[in-house]
Amino acid sequence: MKLEAAIRKRYGAFQLNVSFTAGSGAPLALLGASGAGKSAALRCLAGIDRPDWGRITLDGRTLFDSERRIDLPPQKRKTGYLFQQYALFPHMTVAQNIAAGLRRLPAARRRARAAELTALFHLEGTETLFPHQLSGGQQQRTALARILASEPEVILLDEPLSALDGYLRGQIEMELSEILERFGGPSIWVTHDLGEACRNCAQVCVLDGGRSSPPTAFRTLLENPRTVGAAKISGCGNLTPARPGERPGDMEAPAWGLVLRCARPWREGAAVLGVREDRIRPAAPGEENAFPCHIRRMAEDYGAVTVLLAPENAPDAGSVLRMKTSREAWAKYSGRQRLYAAIRPEDIFLLEE
Amino acid sequence: MDWFPLYNSLRIAAVSTIIVFFTGVCGAYYASRLPRAVKGVLDVVLTLPLVLPPTVVGYLLLLVLGPRRIIGAWALEAFGARLTMQWWSAVFATVVVTYPLVYRTARGAFESFDETLAQAARTLGLGNAYIFWRIRMAVCRQGILAGTVLAFARALGEYGATSMVSGYTPGRTATISTTVYQLWRSGEDGQALGWVLVNAAISAAVLVAVNLLERPRKAAGA
Repeated sequence: MKLEAAIRKRYGAFQLNVSFTAGSGAPLALLGASGAGKSAALRCLAGIDRPDWGRITLDGRTLFDSERRIDLPPQKRKTGYLFQQYALFPHMTVAQNIAAGLRRLPAARRRARAAELTALFHLEGTETLFPHQLSGGQQQRTALARILASEPEVILLDEPLSALDGYLRGQIEMELSEILERFGGPSIWVTHDLGEACRNCAQVCVLDGGRSSPPTAFRTLLENPRTVGAAKISGCGNLTPARPGERPGDMEAPAWGLVLRCARPWREGAAVLGVREDRIRPAAPGEENAFPCHIRRMAEDYGAVTVLLAPENAPDAGSVLRMKTSREAWAKYSGRQRLYAAIRPEDIFLLEE
Repeated sequence: MDWFPLYNSLRIAAVSTIIVFFTGVCGAYYASRLPRAVKGVLDVVLTLPLVLPPTVVGYLLLLVLGPRRIIGAWALEAFGARLTMQWWSAVFATVVVTYPLVYRTARGAFESFDETLAQAARTLGLGNAYIFWRIRMAVCRQGILAGTVLAFARALGEYGATSMVSGYTPGRTATISTTVYQLWRSGEDGQALGWVLVNAAISAAVLVAVNLLERPRKAAGA
């Protein structure tokens, strides 16, 4: 089973332009900052919003095709949609909410199926409660039970953990992964949290300003991002405009006042240079890609130290690099005003806008 | 005591409440999805009867329903029926005067309705009729019912427009409010007081009902 989509839609000044394929097995992560168009993409898949152009097929069944003028209503698409706030019907009990999803089934089978789902989602004893009387986790399980009651062929999760308190999240995340595994069909997990996507999804499709990049494996996203959007969402903290230097293999980063050697060859379109915070390290003068910096500021948390470095050759004193290092490694530099920092050539990403 | 005015008032109020419930909910539903500018204009037109003096409403109604006026003349021609000075003529008056009460409360309720509920219902395969009645109306029921009960109470006490469109014929078009006026005018203060008390009792009961309906439900968790 697979869901294939290639759609475009204009929302005022915002242009959504996404294409991806989600197969069975682990979910596809739709990763992007808020406002990147993640929910809009889900709404188009579910048939709530109508794309201006494109095609959506689910296992060979066409849900939407602008050329053939096919646009199935949400009722016929069989897309289970878990809304951010779950969208439980507030005036119905847990049992009634689940039953609302069962109306596709012949009446005779509904009761047995409802009991089955109630047990499967550990909702025994809450059947007569209203949504506002449930905990966040129970609300989510009710919503999922209701979705599975409607026998969807694909499941769409819109920031499924965002409405939950921190300490509940970890546990519910595991439950959710398990439920999706049991479901077996294709699913899409929308999130802005890299870790969440990494733990639960096999592939990731980065959405930036409404545009999707081709789905890739996580390793690729972390080790070799190709666009600024992908680098940002994968936690790359240092980005600066760059151009090829005079020597082949060199990149100039004028804002930092640096010329750096890069292991990756420059390619057409790459105009930004990126380095992860934890790939900048204190170094000795004369080492490859070492440069002198002022220490602007330092912040410590339980495991790591983040240091703001201002390269001495930078034309503007406001341009800084963020370096993240362990407390142990930092111990011998604390109290200093100035140090040499270095970046290994293979740790530099060349990115397209 | 002749109970006809009570019976007449109740039937006028009942019929007009049924009419304004459906037309008001319908109008509110469609108005809530119109663009802002259109909605603004529509709002003014549909709410006007609430603030106009009832005699002005009555005058405007007579202007179209009178036997020599456009709709009145047509009805006389087509059905041989006079639209004014019947017991049910008062329904025209009460519908116009009470329409804004249902329209405004229902529109407020529809506009605060969380649209994701309807969207979720659609992805679950639920039909549009089910979504409208069992979800949208059910979630909004408190506001809409409160508006409807208020409309009933207002229809029950309508005087100005009713007296102009239906007149006062004892045993035919007399309502509680027109009867009170007539009794007072002819000096039968005792009887007028009786009707005043009846009217006050019914209105108080209705207001209690509205209060019960508007009592906030337990705070809904997010």
